[in-house]
Amino acid sequence: MDRTIGTLIKIAVPIVIGVVVILILNSITSASCLNDFEGCLVDGGMDTDLAGLIAISLGVVLVATFPLLVTILLIWIERKFAARIQDRIGPNRVGPIGLVQPLADVVKLLGKEDITPAGADKWLYNASPVMMVMSVLLIWAVMPLTPYHYGIDLEIGILYFIAVASIGTLAVIMAGWSSNNKYALLGAFRVVAQLISYEVPLALALLVPVMLAGSMSMVGIVEAQAGMWFLFSAPIAAFLFFISSQAETGRAPFDLLEAESELVAGYNIEYSGMKFAMFFAGEFMHVFTNGVLMAVIFTGGWYGPFAREAPLLAFTYLMLKSGFWYLLSLLMRNALPRVRIDQLMTFNWKFLVPLSIANLLMTAFLLKLVQEGGLAPSPEEASDFIANIPQTVVLFLGNVALAAFVMTLIRNQGREERLAEDAGEPSDLTVTPAPAGD
Amino acid sequence: MNVLSEWAFIGVFFVLAPVLPALPIAIGGILSPRKPNAIKQATYECGVETVGDTWVQFKVQYYIYGLVFLIFDVEMVFLFPWALAYGQLDFFAFGAGLLFIFLLTDALIYTWRKDALEWA
Amino acid sequence: MTFGDLTYEAFAFGFFTILTLGGALGVVANRNLVRGAVWLIVSLFGVAGYFVLLSAPFLAAVQVLVYIGAIGILFTFAVMLTRSMTNLNERYNQQWWIAAVTSIALFGMLVLLVILPVFGEQETAVSDVVATTADLGVALVSGDAYVLPFEVASLLLTAAMIGAIVIAREEE
Repeated sequence: MDRTIGTLIKIAVPIVIGVVVILILNSITSASCLNDFEGCLVDGGMDTDLAGLIAISLGVVLVATFPLLVTILLIWIERKFAARIQDRIGPNRVGPIGLVQPLADVVKLLGKEDITPAGADKWLYNASPVMMVMSVLLIWAVMPLTPYHYGIDLEIGILYFIAVASIGTLAVIMAGWSSNNKYALLGAFRVVAQLISYEVPLALALLVPVMLAGSMSMVGIVEAQAGMWFLFSAPIAAFLFFISSQAETGRAPFDLLEAESELVAGYNIEYSGMKFAMFFAGEFMHVFTNGVLMAVIFTGGWYGPFAREAPLLAFTYLMLKSGFWYLLSLLMRNALPRVRIDQLMTFNWKFLVPLSIANLLMTAFLLKLVQEGGLAPSPEEASDFIANIPQTVVLFLGNVALAAFVMTLIRNQGREERLAEDAGEPSDLTVTPAPAGD
Repeated sequence: MNVLSEWAFIGVFFVLAPVLPALPIAIGGILSPRKPNAIKQATYECGVETVGDTWVQFKVQYYIYGLVFLIFDVEMVFLFPWALAYGQLDFFAFGAGLLFIFLLTDALIYTWRKDALEWA
Repeated sequence: MTFGDLTYEAFAFGFFTILTLGGALGVVANRNLVRGAVWLIVSLFGVAGYFVLLSAPFLAAVQVLVYIGAIGILFTFAVMLTRSMTNLNERYNQQWWIAAVTSIALFGMLVLLVILPVFGEQETAVSDVVATTADLGVALVSGDAYVLPFEVASLLLTAAMIGAIVIAREEE
């Protein structure tokens, strides 16, 4: 009993102190030059355009540096989490509880010799890691961090995100080709095949929040979740987006392509030192970005009590939600075994894509029924929780029905396969060696 | 004009964002030793000498996945404005979208049945 | 926003022109086909920039998504999967003069029919109406707008996919 109270106090006191600090900081920064940098510069006598340009550049630097800094923390979280799941301690030598470990890694990688393989295409070889990290950083330009602070509110935010993700696939194939190494090229082809395959259910799943919110901009989608999170209106879409985004980053269980035991690290065989670190950091950043996107698109972003009055609190809500999704993906990574490449492709084209199409059609049908039937909340009461319930219930039941249908199909197919296997026929689950020339 | 000022941010981002990963690479280039020799720069092939040119056997499956992805990509592009304006439309719009998606699902089923989606 | 006599818009236009034309030149003039594919991608980025300048951000994103993300990748696949395409030896083949005549004729046709009417003596007014993506969505499925081309486009895509599968699986 005492231990329980002690633990509760250990958790509650930091939270209370943290909230108080956040509120104090918020009231300090809200009325100062920090919020209206451009205005401060113009008041100081600078030309309007130049002040605008400098304000934009400062915004860009801030928005782009934040994920890089968070990545350093994420490396530590990842290693500690993986270690605890594997019943060991993880980094604990460098700094208190190992917190300085990522910095030590960075320092080590800075000192590694940069070996460029002979015959490599120098331009493409050097540009690929930069392009890979850039494709992740560009997503942060549209991310709504607080109700008032975001890079830019593009009208086409979601489509911009998908377009930028497709730049990352280019970076991979350039990396594989320019290494002048057939294993790197093979690895790069497989990675690109995986990445482009999983973009289809990703985009089809993202169509559902766009339909529900009536807007493609990230800020619009967050604002549309004032009444009800899209996680409850469209759980299958959230599931599809989560799985597809894990596969897009090459995260387990889809990490066949960076598997250390096969293809010797794939397309980044020939990279050493900081370039390799950039690929690595880019992947961590991408996973975190996916967590933040999951929070923004499906769980209401920065919404929470008192979010609008205290932007720093809104930011904290966003970080808590995205931390939850990130930890979920870490858990998936450490608990599930790796998927084979043909299983990967079958899973995508024969399960995820038809499911996403069916989900889209079902949501479209039910949404139109709800809107014509008058159950939808009118724009005035869109932010009222109670008014959103009828529409959410209808959509949720539709999702449940679709999920039940799909599970029945899978169960029947599984039963058939099991019976066939018992009768002695070979099944898809046994490993058949791939034909030569793979 | 306001579109331009919106996208000015993205433009500056495109220019400044490559600097952020390039900076550590440049610092690494300065700090790291540089001792190239022929063996270190040889192409890695699990420790043995490379055999043959660097090319990969043409496996048509990669191209097929690319083609199917392209078709679905264009389909997505058509569906985005449809989904965006969905709230303002009537039931006819759902029917139009249903027909559109149905035709493409047809194509997917054809591809499935012709075993074009197998990895082997 | 002005910078002397040169507005930021003009500066952006010039930059995207350099990107598009320079990329196109790079595609044609490069002996290494993989480098050529990369220059093509640069050129397509320039076209995406044009769409932004024309207040059509949706089309810019579509350009990056479809052209660069799908077609660019297909080009790169095709170039990388075929052997000995990295160093072509002959730059001019036998019919280069036919190609030169045709391209000059095409250029002249474009100038006469497209550029002169728009920018020549009788200037037609450029429309001030800027449609949003939602308007595009409404237009695509309205019965009195573009719903028929919308469905025909879907048929076209289906035909393309079936045709591609037939050609690619021919050897099976």
